Amino acid sequence: MNNVQIKKRANKSSLPFFLKEEFKVSFIIIFVSTILLITTFTFDIVPPILNRGIQPATFPKALLVLIISLTLIVYYLSTKKPWKLEKKLPKTFYLTLLSFVLFVIISKTLDFFLAISLLSVFVSYFWGEKRIFYLLLVSIVFPIIVFIFFETILGLRFPPGIITNIYYQV
Amino acid sequence: MENLLLMMAPLFSSKLLIVLFFGTLFGLILGVLPGLGPTTGGALILPFTMTLDPLSAIVLLTSIYCAGTYGGAITAILINTPGTPAAAATCLDGYPLAQKGEAGRALGMATVSSAVGGIFSVIILVFFAPMLAKLAYEFGQPEYFALAIFGLTMLASIGEGSPIKNLIAGAFGIFISTIGKDFMTSIDRFTYGINELSEGIGFIPVVVGLFAISEMLTQSTSLDQVFKRIALKAVKLPSLNDYKLTWKTILRSSGIGSFIGVLPAEGGTVASLIGYSEAKRFSKKPEEFGKGSIEGIAGAEAANNAATGGAMVPTLALGIPGSATTAVILTGLIIHGVRPGPDLFREQPEFLYGIFGAMLISNVLFFLFGFFGAKIFARITLVPNKILWPMIFAVSVCGTYSLSQSIIDVWIMLFFGVIGFFMRRYGFSVVPVIIGLILGELVEGTLRQSLVIFDGNWLMFLSRPIVITFFILSIIALTFPLLKKKK
Repeated sequence: MNNVQIKKRANKSSLPFFLKEEFKVSFIIIFVSTILLITTFTFDIVPPILNRGIQPATFPKALLVLIISLTLIVYYLSTKKPWKLEKKLPKTFYLTLLSFVLFVIISKTLDFFLAISLLSVFVSYFWGEKRIFYLLLVSIVFPIIVFIFFETILGLRFPPGIITNIYYQV
Repeated sequence: MENLLLMMAPLFSSKLLIVLFFGTLFGLILGVLPGLGPTTGGALILPFTMTLDPLSAIVLLTSIYCAGTYGGAITAILINTPGTPAAAATCLDGYPLAQKGEAGRALGMATVSSAVGGIFSVIILVFFAPMLAKLAYEFGQPEYFALAIFGLTMLASIGEGSPIKNLIAGAFGIFISTIGKDFMTSIDRFTYGINELSEGIGFIPVVVGLFAISEMLTQSTSLDQVFKRIALKAVKLPSLNDYKLTWKTILRSSGIGSFIGVLPAEGGTVASLIGYSEAKRFSKKPEEFGKGSIEGIAGAEAANNAATGGAMVPTLALGIPGSATTAVILTGLIIHGVRPGPDLFREQPEFLYGIFGAMLISNVLFFLFGFFGAKIFARITLVPNKILWPMIFAVSVCGTYSLSQSIIDVWIMLFFGVIGFFMRRYGFSVVPVIIGLILGELVEGTLRQSLVIFDGNWLMFLSRPIVITFFILSIIALTFPLLKKKK
């Protein structure tokens, strides 16, 4: 097993620069910052009489230039001393991430409470919980307690949806 | 004398005592659970504080802060996993000592030194916060700008991890604060036509996302981790011999922790590491460190709890958070309409001394809870992640939604959860993002107002002695890690 790991590590260090994690991370930061920097040129320009010290675009521009410059330094340093990276991400990570996407879709289209409930049972199940009692506890009992608590103590009104509408008798 | 009476006020208010009791209890539970902690817990509880008056709300948050910082030690000693990052140094000697069958002694020392460190730091807070606030009367917009810059550079310099990555994270936090309508000219920035973004990005969705949701993703990558809890019969008060061995260490670490806490950095985490290494340096038996040294536990625990009071000094006196948790407390102050700074000391002393008193009582309370309840709290660590985290998700979502009743906030929270996960994975600390976000408006606002005062002449910054001092300190803070590396 050790030999396999050493072999994998050796393969990783011989990867072309654009496949290395350090490059990918630096590239994403610089790419996003550049797009945001370009956006700053579309901001309205304030006439001098209303201008408070500097134009509204100047400060974010300076910040983005700083982020890009520092990222270049970080990337340069990583070529001398590669980052210590943790193990490959497991399937449960991607499933949890997928549950977030499902949460957004369900909360937008069907129901907020249903989205919480489904995410809870989904995550709990794929993280290894198979006992029905505990699955019901995290997906139905606990969300109901939280829902009622926020609704009564904080006077919160949750967004409309198929289940929430029944509760509010809409 | 008058101030002392004001400090005692929480003792005579049944409402505040109840808040303190539950805040300390909740803080302990949060501290014990690995992955949670006072920062995430404070952010989760923030929406609930809207039902309380300002003093009760801040008392609740500060008691969570004090008790949560201590709670991390219980897990560090019994399962070799720090409940909070600030307890990481406690693992080094706490767990080996517990393995030797002395878990009660280890927890006893952690409890005593945490309480002493916490109480020491409250005394520092009572004396230094008003002094710092008086000094802040001399501050104008340029001085506040220079101070905020100094805060951010310090964070980069003595925070955890790479200073450059910390700076990037801090700049990212300030950048987030620029999203929305420009507060001076009302011009939209980075809103892309989305109305909900005009108001800017709220603090709660970002904090809950960066801490709670990113931690949930982190937990999803380590489900095979099995915790082995060492059996605990009872927490023991340290023996006379232990006191003789550690009293100097406790006092030294309390001083170190309070000082580090005052500096805007990752408070307790850095303080405990320095406290631990200084305890080792001064120890007569340094070879015992890492093998169950009682001095090691005392050094780390006194320092991390002393950082709590220290971190409250700049938070209350200047409105500059000394740590991630105090950034949450600062947000609590702001959403309750309390503006920290010198005016607060002049106009609402009863409010401030009430907080000081509450912190003092909270330190005593967690001492008692620790002694009599550590065995029960230790059991909480055994709640499986597959049950705990879906529950935390439900609370996170409802809590984030509750502040503005906006579903967009919930999506922002999830977005920052994913960002936070990848930041941590690639060695970027998320704490500078929070501090940057909270200081962002101050940095930009004071810069622009200063330029109005200076008629656009940037060189005028150098005509103010306090500004020059802060700029020099910022340069030292930035070059310090490089000099340390060369050494």
